[in-house]
Amino acid sequence: MSLDGRAVLDAQDIRVEFGGLVAVDDVSFTIPEGSIVSLIGPNGAGKTTFFNVLTGLYQPTSGAVIFDNVEITGDPVHDIASGGLARTFQNIRLFGLMTAQENVMVAMHSKMNAGVFATIFRTKKQRAEEAEARRFAQELLDYVGIGEVTNEYARNLSYGDQRRLEVARALALRPKVLLLDEPTAGMNPNESAAFVQFVRKLKADKGISILLIEHDMSVVMQVSERITVLDQGQKIAEGSPAEIKSNPRVIEAYLGKSGSEASK
Amino acid sequence: MANTATASTAPAHTAVSGNRKWAIGFISAVAFFFILNKFLLPQATTPVQQFFNNWFSLTSMAEIMIWIVMALGLNIIVGYAGLLDLGYVAFWALGGYVAGWLMSPFFSSLQLNFFGNARPGFEFGIHFHVFLVLILGGVFTAIWGVIIGGPTLRLKSDYLALVTLGFGEIIPQFMLNGADIAGHNVTNGAQGIGGLDDVNLFGYVIGTFALPEKFLMVSLLAGAMIFFSIRLRDGRLGRAWLAIREDELAASMMGVPLWRTKFSSYAIGAVGGGIGGVGFAILVGGVYADRFNFVISIIILAMVVMGGMGNVWGVVVGATTLAWINSIGLVQVGDLVNNTFGTKINFPSYQFLLFGLLLVLMMLFRREGFIPEARIRMVMNEDKIGDEEKVSDETKIASN
Repeated sequence: MSLDGRAVLDAQDIRVEFGGLVAVDDVSFTIPEGSIVSLIGPNGAGKTTFFNVLTGLYQPTSGAVIFDNVEITGDPVHDIASGGLARTFQNIRLFGLMTAQENVMVAMHSKMNAGVFATIFRTKKQRAEEAEARRFAQELLDYVGIGEVTNEYARNLSYGDQRRLEVARALALRPKVLLLDEPTAGMNPNESAAFVQFVRKLKADKGISILLIEHDMSVVMQVSERITVLDQGQKIAEGSPAEIKSNPRVIEAYLGKSGSEASK
Repeated sequence: MANTATASTAPAHTAVSGNRKWAIGFISAVAFFFILNKFLLPQATTPVQQFFNNWFSLTSMAEIMIWIVMALGLNIIVGYAGLLDLGYVAFWALGGYVAGWLMSPFFSSLQLNFFGNARPGFEFGIHFHVFLVLILGGVFTAIWGVIIGGPTLRLKSDYLALVTLGFGEIIPQFMLNGADIAGHNVTNGAQGIGGLDDVNLFGYVIGTFALPEKFLMVSLLAGAMIFFSIRLRDGRLGRAWLAIREDELAASMMGVPLWRTKFSSYAIGAVGGGIGGVGFAILVGGVYADRFNFVISIIILAMVVMGGMGNVWGVVVGATTLAWINSIGLVQVGDLVNNTFGTKINFPSYQFLLFGLLLVLMMLFRREGFIPEARIRMVMNEDKIGDEEKVSDETKIASN
């Protein structure tokens, strides 16, 4: 609410039940255009489930997801993705036996047209399309800083490069919204700091709105314009980093009641 | 322990050093066997003739080419898209019967000749030109791929394997019992359809016993299939197939429509079976239902797995090796051993034992196949030939 502007993604009263268990309990959530917002919460708070509803992997029991003024609830996953809602994965999910460039090019699938015969006979149009896709893939790899590993197999890349490749692949969808699922997991503080810079640059360069699920509070506090906190499937707080830091319910959710159980 | 180590640490750039070298090798081998059998052997001494007839009989060589076509077709389904198909023989059967129906006197009440080459006195029936039959065979099996794949590809992979297994049984059984479908003789039952037309290529007739020419013809089919496989692999569709094989969920979240993409791999893979079926029918001059059994599906699958799933040349090597062992290798090696050591072991009867052993050993020590999938992008980029050389050199070192 602290941010104005049109919501590029608007999730309304999302409810997800698995049998009797309520994983997400009527959560509403918006991503204003061109902003960086974060979704945090203790383990088991329903963050990932909520995330999966946004990307179409789960069907919400009730509620609606509006993306770019169009309702996408129940749309196929690949349509949502090619519509411009891209994501990365918490536990990196690259196509291991494909090169970095191919990984990125897979994400351009929906934007390309070549059919079976065009591919077999390499029509002029198909070659032009391939060349353009290859060029754009290289551009993205350069942009995330791994331009020199274009022809390496994804599984042979270092951990950090794999994370970058995931972002490059997501960017190949030309997204309006980029969902990053714990992108700094496994990074050291220096790498995390570099990542914060990178996310800001991404927003500035490409005007992409970014949703972050993150455990590293320093990253969250530095980069987010707004933070939403989930606990046990419910939204317990929403606001600027400063507001969240001092919110008693958030502290309680993270540290337990009256500090009786101190944890990290 | 050995298996996990090989699988995870195998360098990505192994073995394959560019398509071009392999293509030259393939063409040379085909040319060698053609020239040898067409021009050299007839003039050779009897022992030389015997040696080649025993170890590299042209009939077997021609059949190997058919196996290559089949294995490459299945490779599109299993190797590229990672869908387990246990009933691929169905497509072979369907392709074979298309040839049986469209270029023989079988439907004797009809008389339809479309650039066909009917034998004198057998002008009745349907006689289409061989090119048309190949195309129709491919289209027909693709349609069946659509019919089988459409509903089943929504299933998880294990269930898909079971359903394809079922179809692999049903279709050959239908052919075997198709002599009387509501009063119509569709497949001629167990007798099969014989007496296929000789192939007429631009006025040049390949006679029933013109083996060298027949060999050349099926080699062309195999060559075409290799070409298609490589081209498809390196395009938009090939990337999507591989992405699905690697990680289905991630692929769909990158905008790849799962069902449609799997579906296309299934239908296109089926075409390989159809073309192979037509080629085989022409090769043996007929189509016989009892040949199409479950074991064939497994052998083709073994060719793909042993050769190196997804890698075109690996599959070619796998198909060649297994087909050769099946048709002559085992018999000849067995004779050699028996004659040398005076034993009386019936080697061909141990075919499946050997097969199983080979598969187990492969899974233990070389899971990625003889020639693992490892492509070098540079081959694609004509403007980067220089880089290709570099990678090839690295590759030589990497491959043991």
